[in-house]
Amino acid sequence: MFETLVLSRLPAEDEALRPRLRALIDESVAAMPLDRRARSWQGFDAAFSRALGQAGFLGLSLPEEYGGVGRGPFTRFVVVEELLSAGAPVAAHWIADRQSGPLILRFGTEQQRQFYLPRISRGEALFCIGMSEPGSGSDLASVRTRAERRPDGGWLLNGQKIWTTNAAHSDYMIALVRTSGSAADRQRGLSQLIVDLKLPGVSIRPIVDLTGDAHFAEVFFSDVEVPAEALIGEEGRGWSQVTAELAFERSGPERIYSSVVLLDVWVRHLDAVGRKDAATLRLLGALTARQAVLREMSLAVTARLVAGESPVVEASLTKDLGTGFEQDVPRLIGDDLAAHPDEPIDAELYRTLLYVSLIAPSFSLRGGTREILRGIVARGLGLR
Amino acid sequence: MDLPELIDPFARMLDAMCTPDAVRAVEGGRDAAAMWDAFAESGFLDALVAEEAGGAGLSLVEAAPLLALIGARAVPLPVGETLLGRALLTRAGQAPPDGPIALATGAGAVPLAMAADYVLSGTPEAPTVSSCAATATGLFHDLDGFVPDLEGTALRQLGAVLRAQLIAGAASRILEMTVAYANERLQFGKPIGKQQAVQQQLAVLAEQAVAARIAAAVGVRGGLLPTLHDAAVAKHATSVAAAEIAAIAHAVHGAIGISEEYELQLLTRRLHVWRLADGSESYWAGVLGELRIARATERTADFIRLANVDVTGAPA
Repeated sequence: MFETLVLSRLPAEDEALRPRLRALIDESVAAMPLDRRARSWQGFDAAFSRALGQAGFLGLSLPEEYGGVGRGPFTRFVVVEELLSAGAPVAAHWIADRQSGPLILRFGTEQQRQFYLPRISRGEALFCIGMSEPGSGSDLASVRTRAERRPDGGWLLNGQKIWTTNAAHSDYMIALVRTSGSAADRQRGLSQLIVDLKLPGVSIRPIVDLTGDAHFAEVFFSDVEVPAEALIGEEGRGWSQVTAELAFERSGPERIYSSVVLLDVWVRHLDAVGRKDAATLRLLGALTARQAVLREMSLAVTARLVAGESPVVEASLTKDLGTGFEQDVPRLIGDDLAAHPDEPIDAELYRTLLYVSLIAPSFSLRGGTREILRGIVARGLGLR
Repeated sequence: MDLPELIDPFARMLDAMCTPDAVRAVEGGRDAAAMWDAFAESGFLDALVAEEAGGAGLSLVEAAPLLALIGARAVPLPVGETLLGRALLTRAGQAPPDGPIALATGAGAVPLAMAADYVLSGTPEAPTVSSCAATATGLFHDLDGFVPDLEGTALRQLGAVLRAQLIAGAASRILEMTVAYANERLQFGKPIGKQQAVQQQLAVLAEQAVAARIAAAVGVRGGLLPTLHDAAVAKHATSVAAAEIAAIAHAVHGAIGISEEYELQLLTRRLHVWRLADGSESYWAGVLGELRIARATERTADFIRLANVDVTGAPA
């Protein structure tokens, strides 16, 4: 089962991007403390994202005619691996580059592609994804935000989204909304709209998390007049489009590297204090081995994307294992450090450890909970 | 490279010859000479021997599906060990003996030593073959044994890579069996596989089976002389998976799973043995930890990426 997942190798021309990319990243993160870098793909810096776009590291899988780079998922794997490994602040372009761009390319009209894709590739069009609502989390098909067709063909949007990552900084939201029927119709009657967040009637309230960050927000729509051309793809086909989009969201290396900045600073700490006893080396080796296998699995899923497939089950399976690892890293490293109470630990490492420990529950919530992903795997096994 | 013209006949041979009943009978003491002769006559034992020396000249990557099939069928003879042993001996200019060869890489129990005529120790470059004077473990239906006074530490990497393939093969067979059982077994008026609690466990089993297969593939990518890094990654992941998969498969099967007459135990007993053989997950974690701390200033992502580069600097 799942035998399409096989060891895969990155093309040499993608590997060759690393030195130039690393120079650009190093410049931006040099002054950033480690606990900021540990924000991983939640660190926001619009100027850095524009610089990446200028250097040709965004829109990697978008065609050149739309301002993209015309490469593919393997190239994106290399770029993402470099960015996350360094703890670069990538939130500004993250969602647009990962899923909104590919979604618009696949389902959008020619006009939408020409308008949005070049901006995405320049790091100038910032997107968020409006899925969850106060009453709809894992049960996404129960969304109640509603768009009514107006006489001029446009839409009148009413409702509320919540936990929307980066809504406060974004230019656009791709919102999953009900355009016909009622919540009882479940997957039928859902559509995706590109909502300009500057439109009258949109209000955004950031939500502060337990670390003091405000990366997500509530978004309210009150009689928002959205033009007809905001519809992406087909009316009523929003569910299948979202499913395809989630395969992009769940398949990337961001599901295995969320704790890697902490892992790396802990390795340097061990080296600095000269701790090389057997128990320490076993923990270090176990974490390294798990990271290595996850990288191969993520690369294998990427190869399916390269082959033009939508590896929904394979991506879910890899994300579940990956986020479990990402959560084990702060738990095990915390135990290790505090098992040596007489060993000096610098404040930056301590802050990094606590930040990752506190935010770790989100790893198996965002992009589909552990239970939802295992349900998808079970369906792939023929159990549902 | 996919070699269906070689792999498929091997699979058919195992399906016909190593049925659960046949495996159980050999484990229970029935003479395995006929089964061994069939392997010897098939030519598969020289799959890894160079063509100029009369073998099939397969690389370890190409032969890996054979090893996984041996695991999936719980073959009660050291066929995988013999494949590796014959290849190493031939490379070293020694004529391999006829008969099954076990692999001794430490002082622990040697898998299938009681079913072997010979045992391999020494190093990959200078392997030593001696007749196998093994002591039984005393466990029920166990063909493993203790073989004292041999030095084979240098073969542990290759042994680990073999165990990883065997575990991965058995894992995928156990996944199929357990999913099929969950779809058939009715409780509370419906298949137990319809219960979310069971589905979640089977999803974890599937994840571990896929992780084991990918990790085992890392193990073979370097050929007959695997790096310490690749052996460690492969055996760590597959040893972790072996214990977890055995536990979940038995939990889902219920009491029937631990009965002697049911096929599952033939595979899960081997999973536990392969996990312990040639270094468990903690042994290999220690090995990898030493390699990692020696390059502490490197990022983890670079460390694991650059391990996949051979000595000539080309990606392996």
